[in-house]
Amino acid sequence: MANVTWTPEGRAEMVAEMRDGRTLVAAAVSHAVPGICGACGSALACATCHVAVAEAWLAATGRPGPDEDAMLDMVEAGRPPNSRLRCQIRAHAALGGLLLHGPVSAP
Amino acid sequence: MTPGTMLSRTVVVGAGQAAVALIAKLRALDPDRRITLIGDEPVVPYQRPPLSKDYLKGELPADGLSLRPRDWFEGQGIELRLGRSAIAIDRAAKTLCLDDGAVVGYDHLALCLGSEPRRLPAAVGGSLAGVYVLRRRADADALRPALAGASRVLIVGGGYVGLEVAAVVSGAGRTVTVLEAAPRILHRVAAEPTSDYFRELHRRNGVRLLEGIGLVALSGQDRVARAILSDGSELPVDLVLVGIGTAPVVELAARAGLAVENGIAVDDRCRTSDPSIVAAGDCTSVPHAGGRIRLESVQNAIAQGETAASTLCGRESPYRPKPWFWSNQYDVRLQIAGLSTGYDATLVRPGKRPGSQSVWYFRRSSLIAVDAINEPATYMVGRKLIEADITPAEAHLTDPGFLLNSLIRW
Repeated sequence: MANVTWTPEGRAEMVAEMRDGRTLVAAAVSHAVPGICGACGSALACATCHVAVAEAWLAATGRPGPDEDAMLDMVEAGRPPNSRLRCQIRAHAALGGLLLHGPVSAP
Repeated sequence: MTPGTMLSRTVVVGAGQAAVALIAKLRALDPDRRITLIGDEPVVPYQRPPLSKDYLKGELPADGLSLRPRDWFEGQGIELRLGRSAIAIDRAAKTLCLDDGAVVGYDHLALCLGSEPRRLPAAVGGSLAGVYVLRRRADADALRPALAGASRVLIVGGGYVGLEVAAVVSGAGRTVTVLEAAPRILHRVAAEPTSDYFRELHRRNGVRLLEGIGLVALSGQDRVARAILSDGSELPVDLVLVGIGTAPVVELAARAGLAVENGIAVDDRCRTSDPSIVAAGDCTSVPHAGGRIRLESVQNAIAQGETAASTLCGRESPYRPKPWFWSNQYDVRLQIAGLSTGYDATLVRPGKRPGSQSVWYFRRSSLIAVDAINEPATYMVGRKLIEADITPAEAHLTDPGFLLNSLIRW
């Protein structure tokens, strides 16, 4: 279990509990974080779950794999180095307290 | 009279992706309105795409399919009536009649009825035991254990559902045959290079593909045992999956006198021919290129659902479809941007790694769609180019070293 905090644009912080192994997008959808619909069901097909991970958490969330990396390159101009797709980050204990900004944008 | 009874009531019929997108948007725009969701399946709304992929494999639990947890609906003040179907609309009285005899009044009605799989007629053996379709969770729940005991599987229809199921069930000592009556698999949805790619992929994985051969009949005592094919041959089978497309669910709308034209006819605001009724998702047809098309996709369901919600709140914004689709088969990821309907030319761009490529579709020299196979970056570029109405030069497309993203004006 890990508690993850979202700060959706213009809204109050939201805290969601995530079961190990489930993706951040699954957690966002089940807690109805605004702006995230999990359109492709974590199939890495749509890039609508783009998020900026706080710098301090990059080690715990890990880096994008090659396919995710390629899609992120095309999500927006000047991609920030800390961008990830939520559907590719799976919960584990070390993510407890993770802070996520966004949604950044839906392409 | 309490203030609550004065609140406007919106009733949503159908509980798939479009309905949930509609409800979420509606609640965000209007915290007070009464919302009732009526769905004919006894389960909380769920995603359908994994039914032919991870869910069928057993790699995704049932609660992982849910679009929202049950308590989300409660928290949003949405009344759920699951396991109930609407059987009639009285547009003059603004009421809906349910299959349990209940009469539900509405100020606004949203039809998100989805589509139903086409079935084989009983006259050609479509009602025999051992013959399945795959559309609902209950279909997948019935199919999975049946597959475990089947060694000779016939899949009728070489579209996405049929091929995705073939990818899941091949191997494990099974004989899997895919029968496609059209000259090639994916004939309706993709050009030859994409069909060729997936034909080769399935052959390598031991699936037998019979193209240009139709089904004459299925036969057996009580259970299906044989398939008789249009080339005169017979195939012994234990299990048959029928994946021959879907039809929009329109009966409720048609009986109520709403305009139906290959789906419930809606405009670019998701309005039907009745100003109190909107419709969204697979059950609708939308204006496109001077005619109407049906878009059976998650993208369209979500976008139309949100458009319909905006319309119901008087914040009309026109919906311009920006279609995208995907299919996963074995370790291959197919991502499709745009709509290839009506293409008059295609071009293959080699991929960056073995087994990857993209197929680019043109109509009157304009780019309209891209099939990206194991090429997620190309898919994203294709989407951007189509949305910006930019058509790359042929020399650029066929040169794998050319950076297509240099064509995008950020």
